[in-house]
Amino acid sequence: MSSTSAVAPQSKNGAPALSAHGLSKRFDDRVAFEEVSFEIGYGEVFGFLGPNGAGKTTTVRTLGTLIAPTSGSATVAGIPLAPENGVEIRRRISIMPESPGLYLRLTVAENLECFANLYEVPNPKDRIDRALRAVNLAERSGDACGALSKGLRQRVALARSLLPDPEVLFLDEPTSGLDPVATRDVHELIAGLGRSGVTIFLTTHRLEEAERLCDRVAILNTTLRTIGRPAELRDQLFAKTLAVRTLAPLAEPSRAFAELPAVEGWRQDGAGAYILAVSDPTVAAPAVTRALVSAGADVLSIAEAHHSLEDVYLELIDDTETANRGPA
Amino acid sequence: MSRTRVDAIVRKEFRDYRRNRYMLVTMAIIPVIFLLQPLIYILSLPAAAAVPLSHRHELLYMLGIPALVPSVVAASSVVTERQQGTLEPVLTTPIRREEFLLAKALAPLVPAVAVSYAVYGLFVVVIELFAHPGVAPALLQGPVILAQVIFTPLLALWSIWVGIAISTRSSDIRAAQQLAVLANLPLVALSSLFAFNVIQATLGLALILGGALLVVDRLGWRVVSAMFDRERLIIGTR
Repeated sequence: MSSTSAVAPQSKNGAPALSAHGLSKRFDDRVAFEEVSFEIGYGEVFGFLGPNGAGKTTTVRTLGTLIAPTSGSATVAGIPLAPENGVEIRRRISIMPESPGLYLRLTVAENLECFANLYEVPNPKDRIDRALRAVNLAERSGDACGALSKGLRQRVALARSLLPDPEVLFLDEPTSGLDPVATRDVHELIAGLGRSGVTIFLTTHRLEEAERLCDRVAILNTTLRTIGRPAELRDQLFAKTLAVRTLAPLAEPSRAFAELPAVEGWRQDGAGAYILAVSDPTVAAPAVTRALVSAGADVLSIAEAHHSLEDVYLELIDDTETANRGPA
Repeated sequence: MSRTRVDAIVRKEFRDYRRNRYMLVTMAIIPVIFLLQPLIYILSLPAAAAVPLSHRHELLYMLGIPALVPSVVAASSVVTERQQGTLEPVLTTPIRREEFLLAKALAPLVPAVAVSYAVYGLFVVVIELFAHPGVAPALLQGPVILAQVIFTPLLALWSIWVGIAISTRSSDIRAAQQLAVLANLPLVALSSLFAFNVIQATLGLALILGGALLVVDRLGWRVVSAMFDRERLIIGTR
């Protein structure tokens, strides 16, 4: 595993909100996930990414005490993950599974009332009202869940997961099936929860969602491929580059670029287009501009090339897939 | 053990029963079948049949109602939640498996006992009003009515634990319900053997059976709790 920030950036009383050390789960011969290690601080929004079958949901279920790990150790909300601590852990966390799992013959309020009582929350009615307002569903509290659209059911499930005021909130694909407006609302809600100090463990396929919401992300494909802040991962995997475009191709590009100390290497990317490997774009860009102008070139643009989290993800997952396929 | 959590599941089940037409029909149809057959038979009896009737305990046949009605409901209790994806959210809450299972048992027990007593009551009223003279006093003997009252909840609870045990191990609702009915048929057969005097009902035998059912009902909770494997129910393997 390549790792830049496997250790939580912040913690309460020195203990992380969530930690896993060599955590593994096997179902007979099949490995769901293995040797997963990380620490997540209180109030952190942590993205857990990976392809289908990578073990994300099984990891959530393991940390949520629904299934037992095969080996390794973990703490959840500061409590060691062990069968005898199951109830205490579940009191402090909340899990929103990928499928909403609502009682369809019951109304929205009745569903939430059931779960408020399962969590034994004080003043359940107030808590239900607050949760419904948080997901903009206060007007639909009397509707049967079976009559709601998929997106609205997802929001009810999110409201349900807010009922116990959890220390750690696991969200498994929370925007799956939501329209763009509902997705934006959920994003705002997650960001708000993060700001209010709730630790959020977010599994998602939406890389832009992870990039926008998460303080750090981990990429899992049975084993943890990497973990860190999105910007750190980009820096780690991709060299910093400048994309240079000139009106006409340079007569002697090697002379123009090779003499610049800030430029570590270069390649042509079409007529009048060059990609420069640089150590620090903010130092290199002015030097390159001056060199090109003095060489008489008409500069159209000089820009730092940006890599997205998707590029990081694809780079890591493609590498894994290629390795798994083996030689052709 | 949290009463609040048990109550939460029981209340949810009652709400679900009320809005589930299939469940209501299931709860109604078995008692109607058990009520009609003996009613037709007894209403057609002449007054002369009263003396031989007093030596039999026909009413015990109706113990088949608490033996069968809740088993169908209980058999669908866990497997339905599993199929509909509602089990996982519940199991992520602090509820213990013993609390969950107790709630799942109490929910069908209450309507099953209520329906059984209501059917007995209706039976007694109809017999008193419409049977030929002498038939009602011969049939409605104090010990038999007492046996109905005592054995109804005991049989219902046993039937429920069998149903839930099957439900925790099944992946198909209909198969679970059919298995539960089959598993509880011996109880119906036993009550019929008493009703038709194949086995002589005595106070001593009633006490032994009652005590045994009490123990079995208590053990049923523990046995079913031990069978309730969160991991298997969530993952669907093993």
